Amino acid sequence: MTGIAVTDLRKRFGATDALRGVSLDVAAGEFVALLGPSGCGKTTLMRIVAGIESADHGSVAIDGRDVTRLRPASRDVAMVFQSYALYPHLTAGQNIAVPLAMRHLSAWQRLPVLSRLLPRARAATRRIEDEVARTAEPLGLAALLDRRPGQLSGGQRQRVALARAVVRHPKAFLMDEPLSNLDSALRVQTRREIVEIHRRVGAATLYVTHDQTEALTMADRVAVMMAGEILQVASPERIYADPVDLRVAAFIGSPRINTLPAEADGHGLVRVAGRVVGLRLDDAVAGPLTLAVRPEDLALAERAGDAPLDTVAEHLEFLGDGLLLHARHAAPDGSPLILRAAPCARGVLPGPGARLRLCMPAGRVLVFRPDGKRVAARPLAAAHVPA
Amino acid sequence: MVLPAGLAYLLMLLLPTLAAVALAFTDYELGLWPPAWVGLGNFEEMAADRGFRSSVRNTLIYVGIVTPAAVAGGLALALLVEAGGRGRTLFRAVFFLPVVSLTVAMASAWQYLLHPTIGPLNAALRGLGLGTPFWLTSSDWVLLTLAAIGVWESIGFNMVLFMAGLTAIPRELHAAAEVDGARSAWDRFRLVTWPLLGPTTLFVVTISMIRSLRVFDTVAVLTQGGPNKASEVLLYTMYTEGFTFLRLGYSAAVTLVFLLVVLAVMWIQMRVLDRRVHYG
Repeated sequence: MTGIAVTDLRKRFGATDALRGVSLDVAAGEFVALLGPSGCGKTTLMRIVAGIESADHGSVAIDGRDVTRLRPASRDVAMVFQSYALYPHLTAGQNIAVPLAMRHLSAWQRLPVLSRLLPRARAATRRIEDEVARTAEPLGLAALLDRRPGQLSGGQRQRVALARAVVRHPKAFLMDEPLSNLDSALRVQTRREIVEIHRRVGAATLYVTHDQTEALTMADRVAVMMAGEILQVASPERIYADPVDLRVAAFIGSPRINTLPAEADGHGLVRVAGRVVGLRLDDAVAGPLTLAVRPEDLALAERAGDAPLDTVAEHLEFLGDGLLLHARHAAPDGSPLILRAAPCARGVLPGPGARLRLCMPAGRVLVFRPDGKRVAARPLAAAHVPA
Repeated sequence: MVLPAGLAYLLMLLLPTLAAVALAFTDYELGLWPPAWVGLGNFEEMAADRGFRSSVRNTLIYVGIVTPAAVAGGLALALLVEAGGRGRTLFRAVFFLPVVSLTVAMASAWQYLLHPTIGPLNAALRGLGLGTPFWLTSSDWVLLTLAAIGVWESIGFNMVLFMAGLTAIPRELHAAAEVDGARSAWDRFRLVTWPLLGPTTLFVVTISMIRSLRVFDTVAVLTQGGPNKASEVLLYTMYTEGFTFLRLGYSAAVTLVFLLVVLAVMWIQMRVLDRRVHYG
């Protein structure tokens, strides 16, 4: 059963394409992070799923029901806004109660004075208050329910917004960068709380973020979005280790993945600056390529068979838990390369200006076509490396 | 730096005000010097004067009609114009026109429009087979007619203020209300728009009350307080006492009463309501 199913959504704002045919499925109970740089259309996609914005083309289904033409109120979704969007004139408790009151009380029963006079409304109001207390308790909001949002800290407001979203057990749960207004310590803590809430509530969750750490740590699957398109949807591990597009490889990981220009010869052998690097393409089409390799996969060359890259060391950064060596490929217009090493390697690594031979384990090198698409490549057995 | 400003304040504002307050306790008439101190005499006369009492009553009725109508009307227009999208600038200009036009000049237009025999309004009513009231010369209608003109004068101003207030409401809140289940426009208005317009509404109500308390020019031009004092209002009483009968002492006492009413309105705004519309 799919929680959220988005099919071929397109949206234009004036001359710019915000979404160019986006499809995405979030299974019931699944947590999917929609990751991308700002302006890539991820918030637009989320607002279309919520029904706040309408798409030019495509459909949205929630819990197996087509909701493309329904108003947000009829879609059974809840949303946490980046700005929290709490009602400033209502207390925290009243804020959390709004979705319940809107569903279970009529407009008459919601009038402040009348609701106290009608026995039916009084009973319903009491049920709502119980539900609010039950939701607020595990979020540590029990003592804050009588305060207005203006009297709460950023983290508390954020939890009120979460409580308001989960209070009526929606089928789909949308979060738009909910952590971006918190300081970094609070962010780490809230990250875990959101995952716990998700586990408890069990609704299909779509979580929009530009922060790869959030996406990789929290989500079951990550959808990487760029320029109005979803480039890849996969588990965090695969997104990191097995990107299908150079833009995904470059966006995920810090420091950025190293890239090197290369070319394939007529036999499918991959060459960097004319030298074979121990990789063969599955289909032998000659042409330019880009190689990408993570900083932690680069190493100092020790054996001759490693097909080393000649580089010049530029400078060394100490990070505490590691070292970053910035070097440059010793070729005309040589690419910058970063190597990540354990802190104990400090004595081994050369100073600026020194010549340095780095090797890339062929099995960890990702190969991309000029259009950014990944191509399958296999390491050559060491014995078959031609001279 | 402080001295010239202080001096200007003393000469231009404080001294004249104090002089007016002092005059209120004398029987000063223009040309009769020296004035005699009469204590609360002027106020006792006011309390006993049926003309003054009807002037206060008329003012309160006028304020009681114009303020709610101009506030509600301004809010309704602002919501309609905001929702319309297209032609926003045009409508804003059209409804704001009465605010910038000269009331005295517009009054002659009203006089023509409302003329019992040659006015287009009554011509239209006659065409529909309805009665044709003497809008400005019947004591039953005159106050209502002036109030309608008063609403026409300030509704555009209020609309512009409300439009400014509406643009200050975060759009996310409307989106949140939709997602939270506020299906009807009324639900969203009650949940978001009305509470968040609180500070604007308070300001608009205060401004409208003070503007309508100060009604003078339409009365002076169109009715001169008539017929039979049916449209006599506080400021017009003050004006006739001071500048027609030249009883400046009595006129100053009326001014003082007027001032106290205005101060009371402002005090209520600051003290009582302000706390309920700002959500700290």
